[in-house]
Amino acid sequence: MTLIRHELKQAWKALLIWTLSIGAFIVICLFMYPEMKSQMNSISSIFSSMGMFSSAFGLDTLDFGSLKGFYGIECGNILGIGGALFAALIGIAALANEEKNGTAEFLLTHPLRRTEIITAKLISVLIQTLILNVAVWLMAVGSIAVIGEPVPWKEITLLHTAYFLLQVELACVCFGISAFLWKGGIGIGLGLAIALYFMNIIGNLTSKADVLKYITPFGYADGSEIFNKGALDGCKLLIGLAFSLIGVALAYWKYNKKDIR
Amino acid sequence: MESKAIFAENLTKYYGKARGIDGLDLAVAPGDFFGFIGPNGAGKSTTIRTLLGLISPTAGKGRVFGMDIVKNKKAILERVGYLPSDTAFYNGMKVRDMLKLSADLRRKDCSAASAELCERLQLDRDRKVEDLSFGNRKKVGIVCALQHNPELLVLDEPTGGLDPLMQHEFFSILQERNQTGVTVFLSSHIMSEIQRYCSKAAIIREGKIIACDSVDKLAKTGTRRVTFRGNLQPDALPDIRDWTESDGIVSFLYNGETNKLIRTLAGLDVHELTVSEPDLEEIVLHFYEKGGDQA
Repeated sequence: MTLIRHELKQAWKALLIWTLSIGAFIVICLFMYPEMKSQMNSISSIFSSMGMFSSAFGLDTLDFGSLKGFYGIECGNILGIGGALFAALIGIAALANEEKNGTAEFLLTHPLRRTEIITAKLISVLIQTLILNVAVWLMAVGSIAVIGEPVPWKEITLLHTAYFLLQVELACVCFGISAFLWKGGIGIGLGLAIALYFMNIIGNLTSKADVLKYITPFGYADGSEIFNKGALDGCKLLIGLAFSLIGVALAYWKYNKKDIR
Repeated sequence: MESKAIFAENLTKYYGKARGIDGLDLAVAPGDFFGFIGPNGAGKSTTIRTLLGLISPTAGKGRVFGMDIVKNKKAILERVGYLPSDTAFYNGMKVRDMLKLSADLRRKDCSAASAELCERLQLDRDRKVEDLSFGNRKKVGIVCALQHNPELLVLDEPTGGLDPLMQHEFFSILQERNQTGVTVFLSSHIMSEIQRYCSKAAIIREGKIIACDSVDKLAKTGTRRVTFRGNLQPDALPDIRDWTESDGIVSFLYNGETNKLIRTLAGLDVHELTVSEPDLEEIVLHFYEKGGDQA
């Protein structure tokens, strides 16, 4: 408990900044929606007929002129990328930063099992991800209510759940990588998040690359697919869960026998 | 074996192919004030970090208070206070919070001991750790290592960055603790420190212990520092080391028969002769040098 509290105390400033930044972007976009809506009818058809570009971002299957469509695309890009970067960063920093900052010697010479330390750090990462997502969800739902649109509860909650799971997966995978690092790995974390994001775009562009959508967590957090199906894709989620578990298992396996520098 | 505070047998640590320590044997009895001497890269920190479970040994055995260093890390750490050579703390935290965190991680209330130690070391508990000088960070490390009243203190080059007054206060604290039965194990380059405070010492070179005894015995090796004004060729006597000659002053360490020395000198024109015990530093310097392992 002491360690989880300590981890969260260390993290709260960054968490606050990320939450407010992502939340603010979504709120601003939503407040622009009423004005855009009146001009949307004509734009929407343009958006949906831009060929490859439209399919890359799901513009062909989502109606940009409806709140759902607008939110699915807009939120997809803000919370999708922002949340993924945040999750990757806290995951990759969790174990590696102790050695990077020279605090590992302090922490690991207290009577704690390595397993306790790994668990506390993992829980802290998950709590941070949860806090960010609940806060952003509340800001989004609140803003929709304020601009006087009916809240599409089911869709928006499904979409945000998918993003939360995406972030958990990414955080867990980065957490696993973190156990192997000595110098921090911001580049690795950011690179992985961005690569997975583009993997999904490529998957959207051509059905030949459909398999990519099963690898990247962005595959199950696709607004157009979720809104059209009304549910999350169980198969992709299971693959995502498997990646998460592998990441966590790697962290325990490696960090328990790691030579600390 | 179980009665030892620290026990290592053939303890070996290789980082890939690079040697950390190689077949190290060490025994520290409870209540010892033990000095651990060696040049940079000899394996002092590797030994300490292996004993505390930060790194795992490649081969050999290690025990602290009879407990295996690989299997019983947590139980060992309950009873040990450790001061790393380079102390780093979490940025943004005040000294007070840092000390509290250390105590909380040990599930102990150390506030009284912490306050007393900070007072004695003149450590301001309301400063942020990242604003502290190296010496003051060291003090935070010292309080963290001492505040929970451990039975064994492991100190890796503890006095670096401390001013002479603080060093004196620090060693006073260590001596007080030692008198209540606490085992002190400290690594150092500073020989005068070891000679003054430690009762026993081990010398490590290239990953191996090359001498381990009471400091008195280590200093009394039979080797003598011979200095005089006169003329002598270095090959006139066997068992001569550390030969210097300048301005007619000849100085060397002699480890052979005293009679032979006297007979040789008797045939020369010798002035201002002194024959003295070398200090620990001189002895250790010779242990460090390759081939100097019979000082």
